[in-house]
Amino acid sequence: MLNPNGKILLEVRGLTATVAGYEILKGIDLTVHAGEVHAIMGPNGSGKSTFAKVLAGHPAYTVVSGEVRFEGKNLFDMSAEERARAGLFLGFQYPIEIPGVSNPGFMRLAYNTVQAARGGEELDPLEFDEFVREKMKLLEIDPSFLERSVNEGFSGGEKKRNEILQMAILEPKLSILDETDSGLDIDALRVVAAGVNRLLTPENACVLVTHYQRLLNYIVPDYVHVMEGGRIIKTGDRALALELENRGYDWVVDEYRARNRVVA
Amino acid sequence: MTVSQAPHPSVAALLQGSGRVPQAPHAWLNARRGAALERANALSVPTTRDEEWRFTDVSPLTRVAFHTAQGATRVAPADLASLRIPEATIHLTFIDGVFARELSSAHGLAEGVIVTDLASALDARSAELEPHLAKLAHYERDVFVALNTAWLHDGAYIRVAGDRVCDGPVHLLFVSTQKETVSHPRTLIVLEPGAQATVVEEYVALDAADTYFSNAVTEVVVHENACLRHAKLQREARGAFHIGQCAVALAKDARYESDTVTLGARISRNDIRVVQQGEGAECRIDGLTLIGGRQLADTHTAIEHAQPNGRSRQLNKCIVADAAHAVFNGKILVRPGAQLTDSAQQSRNLLLSAKAHVDTKPQLEIFADDVKCAHGATVGQLDPEQLFYLRSRGLAEARARNLLTYAFGAEVIDRLPVASLVERLERVVLEQTQTPE
Repeated sequence: MLNPNGKILLEVRGLTATVAGYEILKGIDLTVHAGEVHAIMGPNGSGKSTFAKVLAGHPAYTVVSGEVRFEGKNLFDMSAEERARAGLFLGFQYPIEIPGVSNPGFMRLAYNTVQAARGGEELDPLEFDEFVREKMKLLEIDPSFLERSVNEGFSGGEKKRNEILQMAILEPKLSILDETDSGLDIDALRVVAAGVNRLLTPENACVLVTHYQRLLNYIVPDYVHVMEGGRIIKTGDRALALELENRGYDWVVDEYRARNRVVA
Repeated sequence: MTVSQAPHPSVAALLQGSGRVPQAPHAWLNARRGAALERANALSVPTTRDEEWRFTDVSPLTRVAFHTAQGATRVAPADLASLRIPEATIHLTFIDGVFARELSSAHGLAEGVIVTDLASALDARSAELEPHLAKLAHYERDVFVALNTAWLHDGAYIRVAGDRVCDGPVHLLFVSTQKETVSHPRTLIVLEPGAQATVVEEYVALDAADTYFSNAVTEVVVHENACLRHAKLQREARGAFHIGQCAVALAKDARYESDTVTLGARISRNDIRVVQQGEGAECRIDGLTLIGGRQLADTHTAIEHAQPNGRSRQLNKCIVADAAHAVFNGKILVRPGAQLTDSAQQSRNLLLSAKAHVDTKPQLEIFADDVKCAHGATVGQLDPEQLFYLRSRGLAEARARNLLTYAFGAEVIDRLPVASLVERLERVVLEQTQTPE
């Protein structure tokens, strides 16, 4: 934990949400302080990615009940773009390809929009080029990223690196990284994880949504949450992730059901 | 098309005066004009009952009494300054269908490169033209090609000798300046084996609201291993009619790249027919239609794979605003024996208003068994996942929409072979698609 006295960045209380009429999130509680790294793990279909998208404001999901506060402000009063400007960042599981939109042009637009909202200085194309190349060097990203359209023709690993590059540029307070490790070979994983670690400060926080323990060898979480059936059913520390890797998820689910007397 | 006894009245009107076309000293040309005239007289203007014109009602064309330009309008070079392409030192200009020598420049042509007006070429180079002119664009069943051929006189001729490269793009600029005129520009492009060239064909008007009719035919012959990059910009006046047919023959290992940008005209129709006559030929046929108001723009393409190992790529996009109507019909024909053909066609359409309309139809006719023919068509609004992605990075929704709409068009524009055109057309896309943020 980088900051034992960190203020609360994100507070989720009893969040339920639906997509196309199906209830996917069934009452989530989560508190994230500045300086913390949280991992949300769980089997496929447990609602991890939905949770990430609901926080970022994806229009396909409907929030039914519950409350989410971001730095004390009601998150659901804010549009997706307002959340981004306020410092919330979603690293996409499947980054979207946008042919015809240049990658650096897009990143500069995003950077300047966010800077304007935060009262910071905007950069012209030359200044931004210098700024982004510096970030790319830190993240060991190929300069050819600047000559392409947004994610177009990128490999899975390149897309994930491009997400982390955007994170580095936008300097969010809270980063939610959705399956950032999927599709990465071990070298790419190491580079991406090192990049994320470098971006962590006592003032910001990171929520890693992941299926596998592997990523957590490189980005060490303070808390590990297990999600199942649209709820967080267990919270532990790093050791929980290792146990999950050895024993799978079933025992956590059984334990939860026994505790809540839910008939399977 | 139906065959009637007496000539169709509007065809007859469009033929009026075609007798004034100077007789050529070459029997072959007179014979072809005569045959085309005969066909034009026998054919009528198509209606929506004709399958090929199902979505495109050209009857408004028949309600205007067009005449060919009488006496050239004086156009000062300054009037055309904004239309020039800086990269194109070689350019031919046509005013209402008539070659304007004083507004053209063919200086500094590389050895083996001929760029000249068609009438001069018919005088001086008849033997070169005979094998190709009016041989590729078929007038037997197409009244507009028949009309163009009956009037065949003015236009452009480009020839590049074997293994020669025509440096820089050649700009063929067809400018309309008079109301209710009809012009029948004809272009013939011949690339000898191993030759390379870039040609930009552009149709514009000095008055952006005029009603007139451009009936253009272009024939392209790309010999073995030669490569033509061909751009067509249709920026006719908003009251105009534009009917264009481009017929292309590709020899063995020949390459043809075509980018068509359709912005203008009240009603327009663009036909591109490519025949891969030789093995291993390759073509890219891309198009962007960007229309609004009550415009109608119809694009018909036909790519014929007649020999093995042919390759074709096609991306046709339409951005349709207001109550405009776009049509795309993309035929891919794979002849028996054209094995290992590799063809991919995409039709992507973006509707910017509830009244905007697109008809898109892929038409695959495949008579060989070992081929790859992919095709896909989409019609819709902007992709909600792309919108969300941009918004999740802080871009306001209106900004994100504008950016995606622009990018949708820019994907095709970026492929144009001339940098200044890319820039110019990107600005046009920006101006025509952006809503207040």
